[in-house]
Amino acid sequence: MAKSIDVSDVNIYYGDFLAVQGVNMTVRAGAVTAFIGPSGCGKSTFLRSLNRMHEVIPGARVEGKIVVDGQDLYEPGVDPVAVRRQVGMVFQRPNPFPTMSIYDNVLAGLKLNAGKLKKNAADEVVEKSLRGANLWNEVKDRLNKPGMGLSGGQQQRLCIARAIAVEPQILLMDEPCSALDPISTSAIEDLIHELKNDYTIVIVTHNMQQAARVSDDTGFFNLKATGEPGHLVEFNPTKKMFANPDDPATEAYISGRFG
Amino acid sequence: MSTLEEVSTRVHVSLVQPRLPRQAPAITGVIAVALGALMLVLGMGVVGAIVLAVVVYIVALPLWSLAIEGRRSATDRLMTALIWSAFGVAVVPLVSLVWRVVSKGAGRIDGTFLSYSFFKTQIDQPVGIYHAIIGTLLITLGATIISVPVGVMAAVYLVEYGKGNKLAKAITFLVDVMTGIPSIVAGLFAFALFTLIFGPAYVSGIGGSVALSLLMIPIVVRATEEMLMLVPDELREAAYALGTPKWKTIVRIVLPTALGGILTGITLAISRVIGETAPLLLIAGATDRTNMNLFDGAMTTLPVLIYGQNLRGDAPAEAIAWGAAFILIVIVMVLNLAARIVGKIFAPKKG
Repeated sequence: MAKSIDVSDVNIYYGDFLAVQGVNMTVRAGAVTAFIGPSGCGKSTFLRSLNRMHEVIPGARVEGKIVVDGQDLYEPGVDPVAVRRQVGMVFQRPNPFPTMSIYDNVLAGLKLNAGKLKKNAADEVVEKSLRGANLWNEVKDRLNKPGMGLSGGQQQRLCIARAIAVEPQILLMDEPCSALDPISTSAIEDLIHELKNDYTIVIVTHNMQQAARVSDDTGFFNLKATGEPGHLVEFNPTKKMFANPDDPATEAYISGRFG
Repeated sequence: MSTLEEVSTRVHVSLVQPRLPRQAPAITGVIAVALGALMLVLGMGVVGAIVLAVVVYIVALPLWSLAIEGRRSATDRLMTALIWSAFGVAVVPLVSLVWRVVSKGAGRIDGTFLSYSFFKTQIDQPVGIYHAIIGTLLITLGATIISVPVGVMAAVYLVEYGKGNKLAKAITFLVDVMTGIPSIVAGLFAFALFTLIFGPAYVSGIGGSVALSLLMIPIVVRATEEMLMLVPDELREAAYALGTPKWKTIVRIVLPTALGGILTGITLAISRVIGETAPLLLIAGATDRTNMNLFDGAMTTLPVLIYGQNLRGDAPAEAIAWGAAFILIVIVMVLNLAARIVGKIFAPKKG
């Protein structure tokens, strides 16, 4: 089910403004890849271009090739809606649908896309997804309560359950823990470890310890200079990245001597 | 040491200020009312006495406060008194209007008043406003059926599709202009339209509905637009990220989230047009019979009936006018309550 992503010569624009320049990388299938870097260096922008969410913003566009499973996502004729069904996403702030119950939130993707589901098939998907997101035991007795009534960490795991319920090949996470306390963060990190058996995971994080804990590969993004576009400085296995990085800028950033 | 002295003088700032007694506003109020009552006894008018009492209160309390508490508290008391007076000025006409309509109209309400029309088949048959209630409900329903889809879809275009482009800006401007058109102009538009299509002297309920929908659409568009803009973009992105097409995101996520507010807006628009008289006089006419067909023949609504009875001016006609006004207010109130209940049911739930 997991798929790799080949990225070559990707430039990302907001209107005329070039936000990210010249990214080349291969995201391995069934591994966790983390992007780190200072604020505004384009790592979230790059992540959003991996499932064509970037172009939701008016004037935004992407040049270059992003190949998943032998198909270029940006070829003319590719339906962004179909791409997003294969490449799921979890956002920085938990965003369960406020009009729906926990149960309906998990099924939202399936119901919105596929229409009617048999009751027992739906129950199965809900239990499997909530178990997958480590949330089943906490909410199994109140599946019909609104999703907004959960705590922040539970809401975020609900969003992960919602994302994996549609069985994507790749799961993108945009700073999924930055609005959460350490205990919820640790729950989600455990979850990432379990999920990487089934999904290719790409995670953006501001927390370098988190990148070191959860990821197999790490990409370091940085700005060339103020006002210049962001670019990928280094992409390496996480162990090498944190022990013996190739680029002195990476070492400076990781060791906190950034400037 | 000089520094020590400086420190000690600086540190000692008294936090205790002289205050008026807790009952000060009440005492001033009693004095002001007593003064007003005295002037009433001495032959001043009621309105004059009330105004005098209010002015005495607004002047006396801040002056007293200024003498004892200082400037800041005096300003506070002055502004508090002014705000309460403004509130009173706003509420008094409202309350007096409702009171007058209820006291004059409620007595006329009985079973026959609500179930008979003006059209008599026997000489001793009672008269009622059944035909006007039906007319009001049908014409308003027609206007709602026309304007809700148009208004909501226009707002969806403005917020979800046309964000910031020239067409959307032009539409927003025109909607603002439409909010301000006098109702008689809407009536003339409908009159001209139906005369063009069906020839002269055409009257029907649907013409009234068209005229009223012209007044409703801008209100519905505005209210829906505001509510849709309140829906966070994160919800839209969450739906897109699940592979949901844009139209489905709007229908299944955005509109349900905003539904409560949209319903309130629609109810406000209905309340605004349900009391219209002028456009309906032009295009829907007036009749004594109960007309259930929106598309054929004249139809009387409650405001038109009130206007007609008021023109006649005799005592029974006036009683009917008050009764009809009472029923109209009840209809608007029931609509508002219904919208609130429905809005509560569909509002995003917590916990």
